[in-house]
Amino acid sequence: MKVLVPVKRVIDYNVKVRVKPDQTGVDLANVKMSMNPFCEIAVEEAVRLKEKGVVTEIVAVSIGPQQAQETIRTALAMGADRGLLIQTDEDLEPLAVAKLLKAVVGEESPDLVLMGKQAIDGDNNATGQMLAALLGWPQATFASKIEIAGSKASVTREIDGGLQTLEVALPAVVTADLRLNEPRYASLPNIMKAKKKTIDIKAPSDYGVDSAPRLKVLKVTEPPKRAGGIKVESAEQLVGKLKEAGVI
Amino acid sequence: MAVLVVAEHDNASLKDATNKVVTAAKALSSDVDVLVAGEGAGAAASAAAGLAGVRKVLHAEGTAFAQGIAESMQGLIVPLMANYDAVLFAATATGKNAAPRIAAALDVSPISDIQEVVDEKTFVRPIYAGNALETVESSDAKKVITVRTTAFAAAGVGGSGAVESIGAGTPAAQVVFKGAEIVKSDRPELAGAKRVVSGGRAMGSADEFHHVIEPLADKLGAAVGASRAAVDAGYAPNDYQVGQTGKVVAPELYVAVGISGAIQHLAGMKDSKVIVAINKDGDAPIFAIADYGLVADYKTAVPELMGELSKVGL
Repeated sequence: MKVLVPVKRVIDYNVKVRVKPDQTGVDLANVKMSMNPFCEIAVEEAVRLKEKGVVTEIVAVSIGPQQAQETIRTALAMGADRGLLIQTDEDLEPLAVAKLLKAVVGEESPDLVLMGKQAIDGDNNATGQMLAALLGWPQATFASKIEIAGSKASVTREIDGGLQTLEVALPAVVTADLRLNEPRYASLPNIMKAKKKTIDIKAPSDYGVDSAPRLKVLKVTEPPKRAGGIKVESAEQLVGKLKEAGVI
Repeated sequence: MAVLVVAEHDNASLKDATNKVVTAAKALSSDVDVLVAGEGAGAAASAAAGLAGVRKVLHAEGTAFAQGIAESMQGLIVPLMANYDAVLFAATATGKNAAPRIAAALDVSPISDIQEVVDEKTFVRPIYAGNALETVESSDAKKVITVRTTAFAAAGVGGSGAVESIGAGTPAAQVVFKGAEIVKSDRPELAGAKRVVSGGRAMGSADEFHHVIEPLADKLGAAVGASRAAVDAGYAPNDYQVGQTGKVVAPELYVAVGISGAIQHLAGMKDSKVIVAINKDGDAPIFAIADYGLVADYKTAVPELMGELSKVGL
């Protein structure tokens, strides 16, 4: 079976985010960018399914600037077979991304779309669910375990208070949570091999999709800073302070 | 404009998250209805009707809604939206799962995790794990919103909305519920707890976490949380995780034990009213946001703290 794995290029999760003084957004100039951590987990899971012989082909797709090719290259080095970049400098909303991915699914006909549950920039946690709705496919979000048997996937999901297991008919959209796996580091030979793999480059206009924004960002601001408090010397003093504050 | 709130419940009872979402909904409109879709959820529907400011409750009763499956909720909610200008969910696992699906079916850009209603089309939401706040204006005719419940006060009781029964729905054909493992606990639920005690990587083992963090939490009547590092190391279950990728909490008292204060963790607890940090590294970032910091090894500090709490009658 064939798997489509959408991947996003985002600010590296170890970088401290700085809001631009003019409140138009976050400063991304000269900042380290990486594959979104949840996307990495999705790629890893697809590669493991291929190693188990369940999956035969993995296509990594990214929608973003020219540099998103590097993100696709990372997926190829981890074990994806080929890549597709829909190149745009616009920061598309999840709705537009889901519409483009739907068009890609139409061309590629995968049996499974495996993607991260959210990107750590916009923190929307929406694209997978939206793609499933547009395709009329079932969804299994926040996956911590995936088992494929025939034309069905059994997915254990991280929900509030515990775990839930759903069986979805394929084709389906599954989104990855943190504990699904620990992504591998690509080996040097695999990085070299990835350079020979194909990345097709397209534009959003190739798909005839309405990608106009529905949300206008009026401003981006820093959250209010929390003032630091005091150091206490002992547990006794701590309890005294907590009583004064009225929290115990 | 009329607003629909999708209730968060466990079939048996209404969850406090619903009360918070009702408050957010009232900032949008005075015409607030609540949808309770579940199986055996009559009591939850009655409770929702009793929330102050709720006009009426739509009660959809059926097996299809027992687990809050997104596909079933889509079939129920999308036609209802002919009568509403906005639909609000709690930004919980259930709400985050269903809301974007419904938004896509309505051809709407969802607005995730709002923490402030500026006006009926303008909202403030955290991005980059709460390291920035984005104010967005929606041009969609209908709004699909998830609400960060820690940012809103709970609606009170004293309402007398009517309960109206609506269809039983049809189970989604392509999805079968196979089971759930819900952790049973006498402790308060992490997301809504008034006090939280969290442990970090310094615990060193699941045993130590169990023997240090849990008794302190029980003494304080607190929920138990953990940093991502502690969860990744297997010291605590995943649903204990407080932070960017786990739960966002804002209790009256947050006690961080052996937690250094990585950005991801701070994003999940920095809105707590009072923060206590116990860490032997005096330079740990957690101290920069803690109201009360105790630089000490938790191995001696936690037993001492337990003793002092006993002295004041806890």
